[in-house]
Amino acid sequence: MAAIEILGLEKTYTVGFWRKRSQRALRPLHLSVEEGEIFGFLGPNGAGKTTTLKLLMGLVFPTGGSARILGKEINDPWVKAQIGFLPEQPYFYDYLTANELLEYYAQLSGVDATERRQKVRDVLQRVGLRDTGSTQLRKFSKGMLQRVGIAQAIVHDPKVLFFDEPMSGLDPMGRREVRDLMEELKQRGKTVFFSTHILSDAESLCDRVAIIHQGQLQGVGAVADLTSSVEGQVEIIWHGGAIPASVKLLTAECHVVGDTVRGVVREANQDAAIDTLRREGLRIISVTPVRMSLEDYFVRKLKVSETAAGVSS
Amino acid sequence: MSVRIFHIAANTFREAVRDRVLYNLIAFALLMSAAGVLVGQISIGIERLVVVNLGLTAISLFGVIIAIFIGISLVSKEIEKRTLYTVLSRPVHRWEFIVGKFFGLAGTLLVNTFFMAIGVFAALLYVGHGFQTGDGWIGVALYFIILQFLVMTALALLFSSFSSPLLSAVFAFALFVIGSFAEDLRGFAGMAQGLSRWLATAAAYLVPNLSSLNVISSVAHQQPMTRQLIASNSLYALAYTGMALCGAVLIFERRNLK
Repeated sequence: MAAIEILGLEKTYTVGFWRKRSQRALRPLHLSVEEGEIFGFLGPNGAGKTTTLKLLMGLVFPTGGSARILGKEINDPWVKAQIGFLPEQPYFYDYLTANELLEYYAQLSGVDATERRQKVRDVLQRVGLRDTGSTQLRKFSKGMLQRVGIAQAIVHDPKVLFFDEPMSGLDPMGRREVRDLMEELKQRGKTVFFSTHILSDAESLCDRVAIIHQGQLQGVGAVADLTSSVEGQVEIIWHGGAIPASVKLLTAECHVVGDTVRGVVREANQDAAIDTLRREGLRIISVTPVRMSLEDYFVRKLKVSETAAGVSS
Repeated sequence: MSVRIFHIAANTFREAVRDRVLYNLIAFALLMSAAGVLVGQISIGIERLVVVNLGLTAISLFGVIIAIFIGISLVSKEIEKRTLYTVLSRPVHRWEFIVGKFFGLAGTLLVNTFFMAIGVFAALLYVGHGFQTGDGWIGVALYFIILQFLVMTALALLFSSFSSPLLSAVFAFALFVIGSFAEDLRGFAGMAQGLSRWLATAAAYLVPNLSSLNVISSVAHQQPMTRQLIASNSLYALAYTGMALCGAVLIFERRNLK
């Protein structure tokens, strides 16, 4: 069963006081996320990622379309008890301690009083804040607040998690810990839907990603599928420093760093290049197909979208 | 009542306490102490009258200021700081949030009024060396003051559900001032003719009739309060509060939290 089904969800805001005009934040979006997936929702700033998440959380109302989470309407109280949400750049009641805040959220989520304290303790330990439970949040750094944000999203053990830019404000260690936590959540059968513009995080974490730009879905699929359609090129790395003349003719590009040479050849010329290198007694280190990175795919999609928008305007 | 309303109310109360809202009690204690000492020196025979008038008026003003200034930020602050997002993404209805916030602030004002009332009675005891039978009516005046707070809190929440804090404060204060002269407005409506009569009557019934909830002067003169007045004021204030809260809920239920 799909954990999240987005069926033509769209949002248009009316802006201006005297001269009202429409501002389209999200064009009809169709998307489905399977249970147990880590799904990355990628896009530049202002692409419509946060609007989509707010629509799913019932914080803004759609102009059209609908969405279902775990097979039920998004505003169903049962659904709300099954989801956890981390907003972008979260801010919490800073007069509360971390323990008090998490207890409050656990109360609102309907966590039983007998297990509330234990859950708060466990979750603080999981996000690395075990020793700061009784510190007021106004004394927390930005990174610590982000961890509290993740803790409040998981304190009631939800089935589906929505994280809006979960890595923002975290140092490299913090980002690593969040990545580990998301993988752990996946292993425990949770569905994670997170928005980001940090592509390396998405590439290393996600089962599937969707790219959104100017409120419009540009592509969706497994990272490997999206990035496999490369121009049939192979990267050969060899030791020896020399570039035989015949190989030079075959390579599209060649870089020498010290004694190591990196050459890119067409797939059709791969065998000929390898034979030549062997004949010349050069030691081949690796032969790998050139794959487009997620970043390359992302940039390409954005350029196509911008060109299309330019043509239509 | 939903248990979530209780949790939201408790958190609102805790916020008020930790943000030192109850520190106004210190200012009130100083005022009552000064009044207790000075009244004996500058007035002869009317010490009780002055203490009751001053004490209850101060309770009313302090409370209304708290009701308006905290009330107008109850919703807008949560939207501005985005703390609302993590609340409404849980199984919390929007109406529960508004009602919880209302009860949280109402509870704060109740506690505040309780301690201030102790101050007034202590000052009375000091200047009068004991209580008189008519002093019991001070309890009714305090009850009416609390009803005023409920009305003003609901109005502040109503404005806060669709307007900026500054405009909400202006609207709420304007209604408080007009409402304090609501009886005069009704009197004027009775004397006016034509369109102005119609407009004045509409305005007189639209604004909260806070003047009927102000019995401070009567109580200071130890005039008894009728059961009918207590019942009608209670019904009126609760109905007005309920309608203002319903308005706040209706607006908030449709609001996009951008």
